[in-house]
Amino acid sequence: MSTLSEGFSTAFGLMAGFDARLLGIVGLSLRVSLTAVFFGSLIGLPLGASVAVGRFAGRAPVTVLLNAFIGLPAVVVGLLVYLLLSRAGPLGEFGLLFTPAAMVVAQTVLITPLIAAFTRQIVADAWREYREQLKSLGASAGRAAFTLLVDTRFSLVTVVLAAFGRAIAEVGAVMIVGGNIDGVTRVMTTTIALETSKGDLPLALALGIILVGIVIIVNAAAHATRQLAQRRYG
Amino acid sequence: MADHANGMFPLALREVGFSAAGLSIVRKLHLTLDAERRTVMLGPNGAGKSVTLRLMHGLLKATAGEITWGGQRIHPAAQAMVFQRPVLLRRSARANIEYALDLAGVAQAERTARAAAALDRVGLGHVAQRPARVLSGGEQQRVALARAWALAPRILFLDEPTTSLDPAASREVERIIAEIAAGGTKIVMITHHLGQARRLADDIVFMHDGCITEHTPADQFFRQPQSPEGDAFLKGELP
Repeated sequence: MSTLSEGFSTAFGLMAGFDARLLGIVGLSLRVSLTAVFFGSLIGLPLGASVAVGRFAGRAPVTVLLNAFIGLPAVVVGLLVYLLLSRAGPLGEFGLLFTPAAMVVAQTVLITPLIAAFTRQIVADAWREYREQLKSLGASAGRAAFTLLVDTRFSLVTVVLAAFGRAIAEVGAVMIVGGNIDGVTRVMTTTIALETSKGDLPLALALGIILVGIVIIVNAAAHATRQLAQRRYG
Repeated sequence: MADHANGMFPLALREVGFSAAGLSIVRKLHLTLDAERRTVMLGPNGAGKSVTLRLMHGLLKATAGEITWGGQRIHPAAQAMVFQRPVLLRRSARANIEYALDLAGVAQAERTARAAAALDRVGLGHVAQRPARVLSGGEQQRVALARAWALAPRILFLDEPTTSLDPAASREVERIIAEIAAGGTKIVMITHHLGQARRLADDIVFMHDGCITEHTPADQFFRQPQSPEGDAFLKGELP
């Protein structure tokens, strides 16, 4: 109990004091995960919509794989990206390992299937309702997929948020490919893991509280936006 | 479009059939529709009216027989369809129509004016900027009609366009359909509402159990149907 209360007071102390180190860690976490969400969405949204609308051989296995990869273990993704980016790996020449860029790559790989799978589901449901109308109007499959993405945008916000939540909360992938280097690749989750193992529980807890707080704030903002938009557009 | 559209008729179905998953839905359909009259399709639920309408519009591909337009196996673009439940996009009423015009290849500069004019014609000019999905059911169906109308189709298919509407909204939709027809658009409509069929139809296509049992001028159909199924339907003896 005392650890808990100590954690809260440490958290507030750090936040109130705008602790530079803390800000650096939080900032890097946000930067890495938001960038990963950006690229994940860039790939996952069109991919999911194409699988939902398109009629091609192998659509069923692709759907199964996407759904299965929602739960991809972060450490496994970290390991794969590590092998890709390590000096001997196929992408080793870029020297990305143990940089924030490597962490972005790992988190993008982690969340793209999640975004694609949920997008596929949402767009497929909408497609059932819109299909005849859009075909009647003469929309091509590509145009239909794009139209559906635009029309389900409020539901897709939730998908993108879930992806952000997964990215910012995972520790396995960023730990492996980032290396948890102080001031360079140290993010909130890796710091929490480190401080916990060092025994500095109040600091670890404080970071945990801030992490959860950020996730709640982002979700609240998105929820409010969605409510507003839905009232407006139906 | 006009030159192309003139050659569209007659729309002819020959030996047309459609089956799905080994089940025959409609079979041996013979039908010739001219460019002028307002055709209403009647028949009990499950008779195959909706499937036939979709075959004509091209949403479904016939698994037997052939459908020709003006004697040719083409699929003319100058057609539109209005469904039982209007499917509108999450954008303004006017943007919904502009979207359809865009797909039809209408130049951007022209779209806004044409969409606004179409909304005016269905009496919804004042909600042009409102999100389409928050309009009432009747208004949404009128936007769907305006969208179809804006495309200036040579033929308009309607699948029970008033089924989910209250009487006042239904009458308004009927008025709009009559006006579209008066402008020279061929109407092919399914309805379950006999009063509506009497008001709108020039000729009746009656379907039962996947077959067309008769194609008769409306006044004759309501006076003396040519098929026993049509007769039983009017007497309320068919489900």
